[in-house]
Amino acid sequence: MASLFVGLAAGLLFGAGLVISGMIGPAKVLAFLDIAGDWDPSLAFVMAAAIPVTALGFKLARRRDGPLRGDRFSAPTRTAVDGKLILGALLFGAGWGLVGYCPGPALAALVYGQSATWIFVVAMAVGMVAHDFSSWRRNG
Amino acid sequence: MDGFTPASSAMGGALIGAAAVALWLGVGRIMGISGIVGGILASMAGGEKHDLGWRAAFLVGLLAAPILVDTVGGIVEPAPSDAPALVLIAAGLLVGFGTRLGAGCTSGHGVCGLARASKRSVVATSLFMTTAVAVVFITRHVLGA
Repeated sequence: MASLFVGLAAGLLFGAGLVISGMIGPAKVLAFLDIAGDWDPSLAFVMAAAIPVTALGFKLARRRDGPLRGDRFSAPTRTAVDGKLILGALLFGAGWGLVGYCPGPALAALVYGQSATWIFVVAMAVGMVAHDFSSWRRNG
Repeated sequence: MDGFTPASSAMGGALIGAAAVALWLGVGRIMGISGIVGGILASMAGGEKHDLGWRAAFLVGLLAAPILVDTVGGIVEPAPSDAPALVLIAAGLLVGFGTRLGAGCTSGHGVCGLARASKRSVVATSLFMTTAVAVVFITRHVLGA
């Protein structure tokens, strides 16, 4: 039960952050990416606030042996920069630049009921499942 | 630059950071949206189910947040993308496949990964940012779309 409450609280905080920062709107994201146009640096301010808050929280968490729920902190274990990471980031960047939606804002914006967001999210889910299915097949 | 919102964007960014810290302290997991959604989809397809609870709860919170903030704060909903359906589909497929292959998106690599000073996340974030900037440059200033 407690882990459900943690998930809900984190989702609410994250979603509120996307709305208040304006990043839930694809036009604002594209305005940041359009450095040769009418550039809007707002997204940099989102990152510049989010990263130090997160870093501070992670640092303080080191005083604890583990999270409130669950047996341990599960940090990613991979450290090597491999072809999958590079190709994945290139494909994601291309899709992000095409319309200005990354996964979080696109999902949060579903509740506005705009058809463009729904089309994007359905295609995104298909892309995710296609990747997982192809990697399951490769790995047996 | 008429849309520049440094104060509200920094405030929203701080909330995003607080969300990442809450998830880390609470369940010990990195807040990566592509991982959370991909995990839910994989569970539905018969994969591991042990993280399904908090992931589904996170998604509920994420979907409830815009309604809550708009109700309390009276924030006007943003305009949706005006891209044609085919472009939306292509972009969605690229974002879905790419974030799973690269093991992260703007939240997992861009916020949490950079906060952890992860080399993989620094590389991934630099690459997806640069690629997205290049795509916007081409579509807006070369093709003039």
